[in-house]
Amino acid sequence: MKVLVPVKRVIDFNVKVRVKSDQTGVDLANVKMSMNPFDEIAVEEAVRLKEKGTVSEIVVVSIGPAQASETLRTALAMGADRGILVKSDGEVEPLAVAKILKAIVEEEKPELVITGKQAIDDDSNQTGQMLAALLGWGQGTFAHKLELDSGSAKIEREVDGGLQTVEVKLPAVMTTDLRLNEPRYASLPNIMKAKKKPIAEKTPADYGVDVTPRLKVLKVTEPAKRQAGIKVKSVSELVDKLTEAGVI
Amino acid sequence: MASLVLAEHDNKKLSDATAKTVAAASAISTPVHVLVAGQNCGAVADAAAKITGVEKVLVADDALYAHMVAETMETLILSLADKYDAILAPATTNGKNILPRVAAKLDVPQISEIIKVVSPDIFERPIYAGNAIQTVETKLPKKIITVRITGFKSPGEGASATIEKISPAADPGTAKFVGETLSRSERPELTAAKIVVSGGRGLGSAENFKLIEKVADRLHAAVGASRAAVDAGYVPNDYQVGQTGKVVAPDLYLAVGISGAIQHLAGMKDSKVIAAINKDEGAPIFQVADFGLVADLFQALPELDQELAKRGR
Repeated sequence: MKVLVPVKRVIDFNVKVRVKSDQTGVDLANVKMSMNPFDEIAVEEAVRLKEKGTVSEIVVVSIGPAQASETLRTALAMGADRGILVKSDGEVEPLAVAKILKAIVEEEKPELVITGKQAIDDDSNQTGQMLAALLGWGQGTFAHKLELDSGSAKIEREVDGGLQTVEVKLPAVMTTDLRLNEPRYASLPNIMKAKKKPIAEKTPADYGVDVTPRLKVLKVTEPAKRQAGIKVKSVSELVDKLTEAGVI
Repeated sequence: MASLVLAEHDNKKLSDATAKTVAAASAISTPVHVLVAGQNCGAVADAAAKITGVEKVLVADDALYAHMVAETMETLILSLADKYDAILAPATTNGKNILPRVAAKLDVPQISEIIKVVSPDIFERPIYAGNAIQTVETKLPKKIITVRITGFKSPGEGASATIEKISPAADPGTAKFVGETLSRSERPELTAAKIVVSGGRGLGSAENFKLIEKVADRLHAAVGASRAAVDAGYVPNDYQVGQTGKVVAPDLYLAVGISGAIQHLAGMKDSKVIAAINKDEGAPIFQVADFGLVADLFQALPELDQELAKRGR
């Protein structure tokens, strides 16, 4: 079985995000960039399936600037087999990403697409679902556990009330939640080996997709700041304050 | 033209998230219709018909919709989409699961988790885990939107909308519901509770989380947790408050043994009053807390329980 894993290069989750003073976005100059953490979980899941012998090939794809090749190398070092870089410098909206991925799926014919449930930059939580819809496939979003059978997959999902299991026909799209697995760190020998693995370079035009944004971002601003309050000295003072505030 | 709001419910009870989404829809395009898709969900439709601002409730009552599986919901919503220029759902796991499929098939981008309607074409939404707010404009003829319900007030009950039965749409047959494990609780629902008491890694074990539950029960509060506490297995995943878990805005949020990672703050910083108990004076949670108590939670929690009991709670 072939698996396709789309990964996104985003600001590292440990970096404190700063909004630019001209309100055009957040400052990405000289900021550490990494693979979207949910996508790391997706790569890990694919690699584990390969180690179990269920998966024969893992293709990773990233849509972004030239530096997104580093993100692909990280995935290759974790155990993916080859990469596809679709070069695009500006913001690419989730629907355009889904259209590019659809074209890649039609070429590569994977039986399963695994990707993160959302990217930690735009927090859209759309791409996997959109891709599944465009392909007419089933989906298992916010995955907590995956069980592959022949021709179908049981996916346990993290939902508001607890956990829900759906059975999807293959091919299908799965998006990962936090507790599906714990991604590995790539070992040095594997990082070296990854340098020799192939990455094909493409453009959105190669797939006939126009990536011009269709929504207009008017501005990006700082959220309203909460002022730090006061420190109380004891539990009884805390209860006094909460009673005065009328919340208990 | 009109808005269509996807109702959030469990076939028995309508979630308050629906009314808050109606509030957002009313500011975008009127009249507002609500779609109740479920099985034996008549009581839910009756409740939806009462929400102020709702003109009509469409009910698709069929086994196909018992669990709102995204693939079947997609075809149902698409069968209605022509009549609406805005289609909205609360940003619950159902809304997030279903709506992007509809957007993709209609070839329009989705605007996720809006917190404010600036004008019918302009919306605010948090990005980067709430560290920045994006103001986004659409000029497209259709708007597909999920709504972060903490940004909107429930419009109350005052309508008596017409209820219309609609036929189920085609079943694509690509996915089916198998089962679920829901956390049963007598406590209020996390996203609707007036008081939330949350515990973090500082609790140290699932057993110790009972200290949180005891105080929560005394306050008739919901119980929440930080990602660290969920990852450590102290409580189930649906307790998680944060950017990737649930977003809450109760009157009182009491954070105990939670350091206050950005990710967690994004899920609770709109609470009216925040109180925090943590033994680390430098914990970031104190930067957003109205009332902070630097103390060992293993002493403070039993003491808090006793203090509340003493005052008749």
